[in-house]
Amino acid sequence: MADVTYRDSVAEGIAREMRRDPAVVCLGEDIGAAGGVFKTTVGLFEEFGPERVWDTPISEQAIVGAAMGAAMTGMRPVAEIMFSDFLACCWDYLANEIPKVRYMTGGQVTVPLVVRTANGGGLGFGAQHSQAVENWALTVPGLKIAAPSTPADVVGLMASAVRSDDPVVFFEHKGLLASKGAPAPDDHVVPFGEAAVVREGGDVTLVALASTVPLALTAAERLAADDGVAAEVLDLRTLIPLDVAAVLRSLERTSRLVVVEENPYQGGWGGTVVSVVADEGFELLDAPVRRVAGANVPLPFADALEDQVIPTVDKVVDAVRSLTTY
Amino acid sequence: MTDATAATGLLALHETMAVIRRTEKAAHDLFMSGLVKGTTHLAAGHEAVAVGARAALRDGDYAFATYRGHHHAIAWGATPEECLAELMQRSTGLNKAKGGSMHLTKAGSGMLGSYAIVGAHLPMAVGAAWSARLRGTDQVAVAFFGDGATNIGAFHEALNLAAVWRLPVLFVCENNFYMEYTPIGSVTAAEHPAAGRAPSYGLPAEVVDGNDVVTVRDAVARAAQRARAGDGPTVLEAHTYRHYGHSRTDPAKYRPDGELERWLERDPLTVSAQRLREAGTSDDDIKAAEDRAAGVVDEAVAAARAAPEADLSEAFTDVWADGGAAWRT
Ligand SMILES: Cc1ncc(C[n+]2csc(CCOP(=O)(O)OP(=O)(O)O)c2C)c(N)n1
Ligand SMILES: [Mg+2]
Repeated sequence: MADVTYRDSVAEGIAREMRRDPAVVCLGEDIGAAGGVFKTTVGLFEEFGPERVWDTPISEQAIVGAAMGAAMTGMRPVAEIMFSDFLACCWDYLANEIPKVRYMTGGQVTVPLVVRTANGGGLGFGAQHSQAVENWALTVPGLKIAAPSTPADVVGLMASAVRSDDPVVFFEHKGLLASKGAPAPDDHVVPFGEAAVVREGGDVTLVALASTVPLALTAAERLAADDGVAAEVLDLRTLIPLDVAAVLRSLERTSRLVVVEENPYQGGWGGTVVSVVADEGFELLDAPVRRVAGANVPLPFADALEDQVIPTVDKVVDAVRSLTTY
Repeated sequence: MTDATAATGLLALHETMAVIRRTEKAAHDLFMSGLVKGTTHLAAGHEAVAVGARAALRDGDYAFATYRGHHHAIAWGATPEECLAELMQRSTGLNKAKGGSMHLTKAGSGMLGSYAIVGAHLPMAVGAAWSARLRGTDQVAVAFFGDGATNIGAFHEALNLAAVWRLPVLFVCENNFYMEYTPIGSVTAAEHPAAGRAPSYGLPAEVVDGNDVVTVRDAVARAAQRARAGDGPTVLEAHTYRHYGHSRTDPAKYRPDGELERWLERDPLTVSAQRLREAGTSDDDIKAAEDRAAGVVDEAVAAARAAPEADLSEAFTDVWADGGAAWRT
C-alpha cells in the first residue's frame, strides 16, 4: 500500500475511533469545515457532521474545561489546542483539574479525554509557536502522554488514547506532519508504555521521541557508515507510562546511553530517564550518559539560530563519539 | 399545591438547611479544637442557595461547586458524617480523606465536585451541559460560584461558549460581597458582578434574594425550565452573606460594624421559619425539624470522631482509572 502522511494519519486515527464509538466528539478552533490550521482534522466534519465536530471560540480554558465536564459525564471528547505553546492558556486544567479530580474525589469520577496539540520546532515559527513542551505535561502526575513519530503510530496511539479511561495529552509534531510512512493496518492499536526498538545495535542506545526519532535514525546511519558504530534507537512513543524497562534492557547490550529530546535540557524528560538509569542501571554503564536536548533559551526565529538550540544530527553524532571514545 | 403540602415541602428544606448550619458549626468547632486540619471555607449563611437550587432540580442533573461547598455536598445527598469524616481525615470520608474540605464530591448523585481554583469549574459545567445535549437527555448542569469568580477569564469563556452553543447550563453566583477580604465592589467594574455581565453574552439574568430558599428555588426552577426547553443558559446572582470569616480562623475584621448583624436579621433559617409560620406550620413542628437536624449532626460528629484514620494504602490508589498509580514499566 502507498505511504501516507503523518498529517493525514491524525484525522484517520480520530475518524476510526469516531466510527467505532459514538461517544467520541471533537472540539477546537477551526477544526470543523476548515479541517484545522494544520489540516489534521480534514474530513471529520464532512463525515461526522456538526454534532460530532465542534468549532469553538478562541477560549482555551473553555475548550479543555468543557472537554473535562463532558468526559466526566459519559462522553469521550478529543479537544484540540492548536499550538502546544497555548497549553499555557489552559494550564490550570492540565495541571490542577484533569489530572487530580479522580484522585482527590477518592476515585468517584473518570476523565476519559484526549487533548491533542501541535508541538515542536524546526519550522521557524519563533519563540511562541515552536516549543516542544512535552516536559510540561510530564511535571504533572495524573496525565498520560503520547508523542508518536510515524504515521502508523499516530493511528495506533490515537486508538489507545481515545479508548483510555485516563486523560491523555497527545503531542503531534509539527515537523513530522508532512513525513510519510506505511499506513496503519486495520484495527491498529499501539499500547501505551511500550517503546519500540526502531533500529538495533550493540554499541550505544539512543533514546528518542517524536521528532528526535528520525533524527536519531539519521545519526545512527552516519555513525554506522563513518565510524562503524552500531547504534540502537528506541522510540519511547509515550512518556507516561514511561518504558524505562526497555531502556534498561537495551543498555544491557550497549552499555552506553544518549537521550535525544527536543524539550529544554532544564526540566526535560531525559532527566527523568537518566535518573532512573543512574538509580537502577548504574552497573550497566561503561560511560557517562549524555543528553542532547533543547538549549535553555527561548526559541529564536532564524533557521540557523534555531539549529543552534534544538537537537540536530551533528549534535547526536558528536555526543555518541564522545562516548565511544570514552 | 395546597398550603399544607407546600408547607411540608418547605419544612423539609428548612430541615436540610438546619443540617447544613449545624454541620458548619461542627466543622468550625472541630477546626478550633484541632480535629479538622488544613483549611475550611464555611458556608453558614449560604444555605438557601444550595437547598433552594437543589429543590428545583431533578435527579440526574449535575452540580459543580467551589471550595466553599459543604452546603452543596449536603444538599446533593452527602451525609454530614461523610463530610465531617472527610474533614477529619478519616477513612470513611466522602473522598477517602484524599480531598478535604475544599473538594467534597458526591458524584453518584450528580454533585461532580468542589474546585479550589477560582472559576475553573464553570467551563466544566458547560461541558456537562454539552454532554447532556450530545447524549440527548434533558439534564441540566449548574455551576455555583462566588462573586470573585466573575473577574476571572474562565467565567467569561464559559458564559460565551454556553451562550453560542445554547447549552442547558445555569450559572448561579453566590454573591456574598467579598472575595476573601476585599469588598467585591472595589474590584469590579459592574454593579452586579454576575448578572451585570450576562447581557454582554445575550443571556437572561436575575438578581435574587439568596437568603430566601423559596425565592432561590423558584428562580432556579424558571432557569432550569428554560434550559430544558432548549432556550439556553441563565445567570442568577443570589445575594447572600457568610456568617464566618473567609476561611480557617479569619475573624473578618474587615467587615464594617453592624453589617453582619444586619444580615443575621435575614438569616436564611429565620426567613424560612417565618415563611413556615405564615403557611401555618407550628413552632413545635419547626423546632422538631431543627432538633432532628441537630441530632443527625451530633451523631455524625461522634461517628466521624470514632472512625479510623485515613487508610495509608489509599495514597497510591485512584490516579488512573484502573485504580492504580503506575507511571513506568
Ligand atoms: C485562581 C485563583 N486565584 C486566587 C485564589 C485564592 N482565593 C481563594 S478564595 C478567593 C476569594 C474568592 O471569592 P469569591 O469568588 O467571592 O468566593 P467566596 O469565597 O466569597 O465564596 C481567592 C482569591 C484561588 N483559589 N484561585
Ligand atoms: Mg464572595
